[in-house]
Amino acid sequence: MTTAPAKAGWRFRQPSVIPGFGLTLGFSLAYLTLIILIPLSGLVWRSASLGWSDFFAIATDRRTVKALEISFGTAFIAAAINVVFGTIVAWVLVRYRFPGRRVIDAMVDLPFALPTAVAGIALTTLYSPKGWMGALLAPLGIKVAYTPLGIVIALVFIGLPFVVRTVQPIIEEIDKEVEEAAATLGANRFQTIFLVLFPGLAPAVVTGFALAFARGVGEYGSVIFIAGNLPYVSEIAPLLIVIRLEEYDYAAATAIATIMLALSFLMLLVINLIQSRTRKRYG
Amino acid sequence: MTTSRRTILLSALLASAVQLGGLGFAHADTTLLNVSYDPTRELYKDYNEAFAKHWQAESGETVTIQQSHGGSGKQARAVIDGLDADVVTLALESDINAIVEKSQKINPDWRSKLPNNASPYTSTIIFLVRKGNPKGINDWGDLIKDGVQVITPNPKTSGGARWNYLAAWAWANGQFGRDETKIKEFVGNLYAHVPILDTGARGSTVTFAEREQGDVLLAWENEAYLALDEFGADKFDIVFPPQSILAEPPVAVVDANVDAKGTRKVAEAYLNYLYSAEGQTIAAKHHYRPSKPELVPAADLQKQRELKLVSIDDPIFGGWKKAQPYHFGDGGIFDQIYKPAQ
Repeated sequence: MTTAPAKAGWRFRQPSVIPGFGLTLGFSLAYLTLIILIPLSGLVWRSASLGWSDFFAIATDRRTVKALEISFGTAFIAAAINVVFGTIVAWVLVRYRFPGRRVIDAMVDLPFALPTAVAGIALTTLYSPKGWMGALLAPLGIKVAYTPLGIVIALVFIGLPFVVRTVQPIIEEIDKEVEEAAATLGANRFQTIFLVLFPGLAPAVVTGFALAFARGVGEYGSVIFIAGNLPYVSEIAPLLIVIRLEEYDYAAATAIATIMLALSFLMLLVINLIQSRTRKRYG
Repeated sequence: MTTSRRTILLSALLASAVQLGGLGFAHADTTLLNVSYDPTRELYKDYNEAFAKHWQAESGETVTIQQSHGGSGKQARAVIDGLDADVVTLALESDINAIVEKSQKINPDWRSKLPNNASPYTSTIIFLVRKGNPKGINDWGDLIKDGVQVITPNPKTSGGARWNYLAAWAWANGQFGRDETKIKEFVGNLYAHVPILDTGARGSTVTFAEREQGDVLLAWENEAYLALDEFGADKFDIVFPPQSILAEPPVAVVDANVDAKGTRKVAEAYLNYLYSAEGQTIAAKHHYRPSKPELVPAADLQKQRELKLVSIDDPIFGGWKKAQPYHFGDGGIFDQIYKPAQ
């Protein structure tokens, strides 16, 4: 692309050959304001009624801090697990042809479609000490349901499609010839994967991680069934918000929500920065 | 792929359009919305049918009653935030008080408008144990024996759980001669025996009965019987502790809503009929304790055991207005119980 010579004063870009820029931009901004910005500013506004000292007291309360730790910690671990196995699943689905592939491909979307409460109840049935999986794990001394580990399992379940569906189209775009070229140039399989394939996939993997992570942090429906919900042990931040609402304490509830929002936004921002950097390096 | 997605979208749109149409039709006759709490599903299913018949016979009008169920506090919040309820039938007086205070949609004198503090039926908290009662749990003191696991929901999110907590408190109050340090210690000890805090009473019943967690479930009397019916009487026993709490789930007309919709007459008749012989009998059949047992055939009453029941208005609690913030408010006793367990 050639850059136009700078003209006096600031002006919009030359009209693109694709028409409707003004219209679509206006529509996008209006839409985002209506759907995202207004509800979120309502949230911040409501928590602002607290005043700084009260807000600070809630934010630093040990129970709040612990609940945030549990929510963000389990979501991080679950997203990390999904990145590894989700990428492998996507790879298998794209690269190999085997009977039942389409069925498995469709199955990946199930956690999207299933009401989260149903997922939570199903997982609890499975992993409770008397359930199929739980009964197998119990003799080994592993307790899944009603512990933070149960939260991770639930979040792995609901987060999987986010990773698979972001990574899959990128793998589809990588030509097999790239691998063949790597092989003819003397790369071993390990080098092919980590030096040739992975750099191209990294941005998509990071996006998948971010989506699964963000989804996990806010997840409520499936987690409350499997978590056990003990304060300081397995009480997630969204549950703490519900508890504050039950006390008709809307201000405290929105305060915790605002903290979650700020933390999530910060993390997504960092992830986006990492992503644009990897894209620049490898893109 | 795209076509199939489009079909799904279209059919979803169609479905919602049909639903809207359906709502439109329902307005042809009077519709009441009863916003209730979780364990009353079965009770009101029967009662609504009976009332519709009664109203048809008395006034010649048809009435359709829609039900909404959920955690008591959540339901109260929905009404505060604008859910168009004609009547509320909740688990706790404090939830109706919250509607009065936060939205002024119910007049403050609601408790005196109907007999028995506006509680047409009462209930109590009892124990559900594994068949044969292997851990020998017969009274509140047995709940903190070594190796006993107690299943009860979180009092912060469940109305029923608050009654459980208060019943334990009332027992300890008698046991330790009003020594609050010792009462707190007992209740704290009790919650140290709780491995899972579900968010609602139904959730706890499922955890205990279906997932087979814990040795004893603190439950609504009606919920315990329901568990026997649902999961088999050969698996559990009901244990009546010598003393428990008198749980008074109250009902009220949502004044602002019925005046706006012009449904006051039906709504009041709907609640009043709960006190009739038929209403009381239906309540008894669903294992609630009728407030006018003399109206109920003896056969339907026989299962209900006489217990010593402590009321929330007893001086140890001083009514809901005092007990709610003291025990369950932010930083209240229940929060303090969990503080040291870090």
